Amino acid sequence: MPITGTKILFAFTALFLSCVCMGKTIRVRPGNNAIKSAIASATHGDTIIISEGTYYEHDVHVTKKLFIAGEGNVVVDGQRKSEIFVLVANGTVLQGLTIQNTGISSMQDMAAVRIQNAQYVTVRNNKILDNTYGVYVQNGSNCLVKDNIIRSGAVSEQNSGNGVHVWRGEHLRIEGNRIAGHRDGIYLEFVINSTIHRNISEKNLRYGLHFMFSHDDIYSKNVFTRNGSGVAVMFSNRVTMTGNVFKNNWGDAAYGLLLKEITDGTIEGNLFERNTVGVYMEGATRIHTSKNTFQNNGWAMRIQASSSNGSFTENNFISNSFDVATNGTMVMNVFKNNYWDKYDGYDLDKDMIGDIPYYPVSLYAVVTEKVPTAMILYRSFLTDILDKVEKVMPSIIPDQLKDDNPVMKKLRL
Amino acid sequence: MKTIVKYVFLDLIRNKTILVYTVILAALSISVLGFDSNTSKGLLSLMNISLLFVPIISILFATIYFFNSIEFIELLLAQPIKRQKVLLAEYIGLASSLSLAYMVGIGVPLVVLAPGAASFMLVSTGVLLTLIFSSFAMLIFVLFKDKTKGIGAAIILSLFFTILFDGLLMVFIYSFSDYPIDEVVVGILSFNPIDLARVLMLLKLDVAVLMGYSGALFKKFLGSSAGTIYSFSFLLFWVVLPLLLSVRVFKRKDL
Amino acid sequence: MIKIEHVTKSFGRFKALDDVSLDLEEGRTISLLGPNGSGKTTLIKSVLGLVIPERGTIEVNGQRVKNNWQYRSHIGYMPQIGRYPDNMTIEQVLNMIKEIRREHTKYDNDLVEGFELKKIQHKTMRSLSGGMRQKVSACLAFLFSPDILVLDEPTAGLDPVSSEMLKEKIIHEQDSGKLILITSHVLSDLEGITSHIIYMQEGKPLFYKSTEELQEITGEEKLNRIIAHIIKGQQQALKKGKEHENHR
Repeated sequence: MPITGTKILFAFTALFLSCVCMGKTIRVRPGNNAIKSAIASATHGDTIIISEGTYYEHDVHVTKKLFIAGEGNVVVDGQRKSEIFVLVANGTVLQGLTIQNTGISSMQDMAAVRIQNAQYVTVRNNKILDNTYGVYVQNGSNCLVKDNIIRSGAVSEQNSGNGVHVWRGEHLRIEGNRIAGHRDGIYLEFVINSTIHRNISEKNLRYGLHFMFSHDDIYSKNVFTRNGSGVAVMFSNRVTMTGNVFKNNWGDAAYGLLLKEITDGTIEGNLFERNTVGVYMEGATRIHTSKNTFQNNGWAMRIQASSSNGSFTENNFISNSFDVATNGTMVMNVFKNNYWDKYDGYDLDKDMIGDIPYYPVSLYAVVTEKVPTAMILYRSFLTDILDKVEKVMPSIIPDQLKDDNPVMKKLRL
Repeated sequence: MKTIVKYVFLDLIRNKTILVYTVILAALSISVLGFDSNTSKGLLSLMNISLLFVPIISILFATIYFFNSIEFIELLLAQPIKRQKVLLAEYIGLASSLSLAYMVGIGVPLVVLAPGAASFMLVSTGVLLTLIFSSFAMLIFVLFKDKTKGIGAAIILSLFFTILFDGLLMVFIYSFSDYPIDEVVVGILSFNPIDLARVLMLLKLDVAVLMGYSGALFKKFLGSSAGTIYSFSFLLFWVVLPLLLSVRVFKRKDL
Repeated sequence: MIKIEHVTKSFGRFKALDDVSLDLEEGRTISLLGPNGSGKTTLIKSVLGLVIPERGTIEVNGQRVKNNWQYRSHIGYMPQIGRYPDNMTIEQVLNMIKEIRREHTKYDNDLVEGFELKKIQHKTMRSLSGGMRQKVSACLAFLFSPDILVLDEPTAGLDPVSSEMLKEKIIHEQDSGKLILITSHVLSDLEGITSHIIYMQEGKPLFYKSTEELQEITGEEKLNRIIAHIIKGQQQALKKGKEHENHR
């Protein structure tokens, strides 16, 4: 029998814990309410090792600090009846389990793992499959949700829940999870000072990641693909977004990144590829967007006039149908040193910066913004000509919105 | 009738203009598809090339061809054969050779370099546009006595459908933007075969979402199979209508 | 053979044919003469069904021309200007018309052989001179030995040898009882082949008489002299008429 990495890790952790905490180790074998009885018999600081097998249990409340780990292929099945694990004690660890089939209810949010009013709880290396909610953090701090596979087959937004759902939290770390098929991949409400790092969130019905009223958070190096929309950040301040990939969020109303009523954010080093709209901004203040690549999107950016004091510097805009669309004429944002593949100006002094400004909002983008019906003329000969003429003599397009220093060559980011 | 079609076709596939047309189309499609790794973008470029060149080339070439064949048509009409048959045979021979040129120039590179539903749509709409504008050319031929006037009419007609129509549609959309006009716009659009071909093609490519954005009806309706059938029926209508009109006029035309 | 009754055709205000009635019978070679715009071509085209008269009837071998196409299998037509699709070969043109007139299986190849078209049958029509194309047109007209031959300026552009050959062919066909309708400007070319003359003026036939009759009336031998005589006489008559009116 080959010794796997998990097993070694498990052995060491068990050894470590048994030495330091001096707790005892309880082994659980499949049986009627086996896990529940083990927990009941355990005391603070104990280790519970669950042996291979399927356990049909739900509403397992962990009320004392325990280290719960599965050994081999352990399946805990809620049989669609209710919630499965509820962790309420600080410092509890839950790892190495397959947790599946929570109940479905419109009255109560059914979660495979619920962390309730607790600190320093760790949920890692689990497979959390076919549940309404995957991991539900309800008022937690310093918790870690790491390397889980959270997958469901949600079909409608009403009857589904989120992969990782947080309501009130601080100093949380959500890392390395693969989340698919939920309503939102990760949903954060009233969450501060937390990091979301290296997750892959895909094929979720609504958003890959969703912020509501959450401040001072960082999300980085995540991948958001094929979601209803990639990421939505709403009513949140000081959110930092770096190194993420927003890809293939493609549909009639799909965004890579949707910003609504947010202030002081940073969007840096991300890749927006093949989204209907790369970034949508509404009521976004002091957002600094730099070193991102926008490629093959329908609209690279739609900036509503309610957005102000933002800056857009050193981004690459490549092969987007429209680079920028806006519904206003006075735009209080700065565009500088970006690369626009549609720029056809010249660089006589050879300083690699174009000598004439680039107007990223095309006439046709203005028209369709005002009158969406005009989209029926997309790619017609007429609109091509109008755009060309307007570029030479701007009269309708917002002439304040321009990049005075467009770079001539694609930036290496 | 088959006889005339055959000989007209045999004559035209050795026609220099048609050969040059084929070669240029082939060169364009190979360069567009070959140098761009993004097939969708390549198809979009080919679509724009087709929408611009196919109508103008078809109508101009066909008009000139009909007017140049007037003596030959007279000779044919002096043979024991029905008038309509001579006219239709001339049309079929001409339209099929122009369509063949398009299929070889655009279709063959597409099958090799970018096979798929979108390519099939591009070729079929391109062929339909060829048939439509050859049909318009025939109508011009039977309506005008003078070749120069006929060519003038052909240029005006193709310009009308390529750009003027869209301009008027744009003005219409702009002036009535406060009303729900999506259905009306689809209705108006049906009167321009070039627009129909463009929308049909766009809906087969992923840029289709731009048309569905903000809940516009176009993608929902025209993108459905019923919409596709609707558009194709209208394109066929645009082939048949000028043909029927020309046959009617030709019955009473003095040569 | 061809019966034209009260045929009128106008183009806008201009009357090309004005109540024309004519009986064209077999065994005749009828020359259709007259100044430009007198209605010669319109008359021929009406018979062929290319021009549709607004009034009157035309019958060919008892069949009405209007809304009919079968009657044309009795007619061979040689147009004034022969233009053919550029890239067709002589052989293709001949085959094409043969395939259209499928009901004929026996071909009269006299002219094809006389003009030696077989030798150059693979040449395309584009590469042929005007005269060569005329030869092809002539061959097509005679190929199916039709009862009626309509020849529009047949000798224009033909070299003297071919022209002579064509004339002989016409005489030969007339002798075998066919009707031949010719228009020509070159009166000397019609010399010796034409049996009857129709002179058109302002959309009306001025006269329709046999050559012998005309020779008798005018006392002239040559065709061009006969015509000149008649036109002179007519002008004098017109003058007299006017003077007569003035006297009144």
